[in-house]
Amino acid sequence: MDWFPLYNSLRIALISSVIVFFTGIASAYYIARLHPVLKGFLDVVLTLPLVLPPTVVGYFLLVLLGPRRPFGEWFLGVFGAKLIMTWYSGIFAASVVAFPLMYRTARGAFESFDETLAAAGQTLGLSDIYIFWRIRMPACRQGILAGAVLAFARALGEYGATSMIAGYTPGRTATISTTVYQLWRTDNSELAFRWVLVNVAISAAVLFAVNLLERRERKNHRRQSPGKGV
Amino acid sequence: MAFYVDIRKKLGDFELQVSFETKEGVTGILGASGSGKSMTLRCIAGVVRPDEGRIELDGTVLFDSKKGIHQKPQFRQTGLLFQNYALFPNMTVRQNLKAGVRAREKDPKKAEQKIDEMMERFCLEGLGDYRPCQLSGGQQQRTALARILLSRPRMLLLDEPFSALDGYLKWNLELELAGVLREYKGSTLFVSHSRDEIYRMCDRVCVMDQGTSSPVIPVRQLFDAPVSKAAALLSGCKNYSRAHPAGKGKVYAEDWNVTLEYEGEAPEGFCCLGVRSHYFRFVPAEEAKDQKNTFCCRILQVIEDVFSMIVMLFPLPTEETVSKDDRGIQIRAELTKEQWERFRSQEDLSEGVWIHVNPEDVMLLK
Repeated sequence: MDWFPLYNSLRIALISSVIVFFTGIASAYYIARLHPVLKGFLDVVLTLPLVLPPTVVGYFLLVLLGPRRPFGEWFLGVFGAKLIMTWYSGIFAASVVAFPLMYRTARGAFESFDETLAAAGQTLGLSDIYIFWRIRMPACRQGILAGAVLAFARALGEYGATSMIAGYTPGRTATISTTVYQLWRTDNSELAFRWVLVNVAISAAVLFAVNLLERRERKNHRRQSPGKGV
Repeated sequence: MAFYVDIRKKLGDFELQVSFETKEGVTGILGASGSGKSMTLRCIAGVVRPDEGRIELDGTVLFDSKKGIHQKPQFRQTGLLFQNYALFPNMTVRQNLKAGVRAREKDPKKAEQKIDEMMERFCLEGLGDYRPCQLSGGQQQRTALARILLSRPRMLLLDEPFSALDGYLKWNLELELAGVLREYKGSTLFVSHSRDEIYRMCDRVCVMDQGTSSPVIPVRQLFDAPVSKAAALLSGCKNYSRAHPAGKGKVYAEDWNVTLEYEGEAPEGFCCLGVRSHYFRFVPAEEAKDQKNTFCCRILQVIEDVFSMIVMLFPLPTEETVSKDDRGIQIRAELTKEQWERFRSQEDLSEGVWIHVNPEDVMLLK
């Protein structure tokens, strides 16, 4: 069994998780402070990939990144590298699709954050950076971790958009999900089944981790609530 | 040490309009809930930006909308004690204190030393490794106060410091806080909806009513001679009547349909009078005839309170002017249980009771 799809899937999922982790948190933090109208608009745009069929996302990505499209052409001219049909094309697809999960959970966590804590930090003379990393993030840690895990799981399972912009080239762009489809199509159901098992095992582990985090968060919440006062 | 604030802020339908001046010592801000007291403190601390106005502390401009000055809260050095204390839940007591001293003391050794001193002063020894959620309400407040003092504030802003506590704890904490405030050199703003707390803790008071502040006056003056109905209400006065001038030294109480004498200067444009519950005196019927400032009332209800009797009365002269069951017009009189027993045993109460109020106890209000 050639393990390249597992390796490729994992690296795509990990890299896009890292990208989505920071962009998701940053957007959740800044968008919450915007004017309600602008906030509503950005909210819709950023959550759209969650509900759109992945093929539609793939279409948009092709329109944006294709070598004969303005951005893709410019990138090819400057860096001499194609943005589609390579292994890292999968990163674009996975990032776009996983982003809303991180963004939404991070926003939920930030919204339940008690803003008086940040205000207290400011009046004590603590810098906004300190407040963000040492007070806000720890208080929202469980929610943000859960979002990151969900985003990772979604990135790992990406199929539609990936197959459109990265295609299936064994040993180059193949991921677990595209491999399963390809093996099934070529009547190699035994090998397809093995990959299915691998995928189920990883996804189950990830969801188990999410449950564990959520349970811990609930427990923490219960423990903290009586002392919080009005 | 001088503090000056004059700000306006619109929040939906609510408009905050605060303007007062004060110096060192404790200044109370007394107001019902929703009158904008907390918002005022937040504006002063800089965590909320007013729409316009000016805030000045010891000659430093903290905020000036005309000059475009809005100093960040980090640089204002105002110690704001939040209602829920706002201790950082992810940090231990010691880490919380460290966060307080961090911005003011860069030398770690000195910082540790200061934290130790403060923990001793606030009886927090041995609690250093506890998390805020493991502390009692009183310990939480002490930690929050210690954290604030470590940040060396130029001014203390206390937002309802006792609202999160139950009665038994409150008293001890009040004694403690009074001690802290006595030692503190700068000026303090003490926000509360409790007139008792304000009376005990503050030197001066500023009354807030529906977002609007009134000038700072000595605490005694608020309780002895409030000028507005809002101030009188907050100072605990229970009985009011619309009022009109009725000759020299006399006022007509419209809702009670009686003319009363008063003493002292009437404030210009008064429209209302107030009498505190325990300033009404019950008079035997035969003495009451022809006595001034005395009128007859029907007893509606007698309520036994912990240490006193509360008698709810309906002024009989009023029956000529309004319908009998106008519940709006009631007089609440309070007297000791012994006084009430003695009065009840001597008088026939079914005919109504006569009550008297001294001219100096009639408060004319705007």
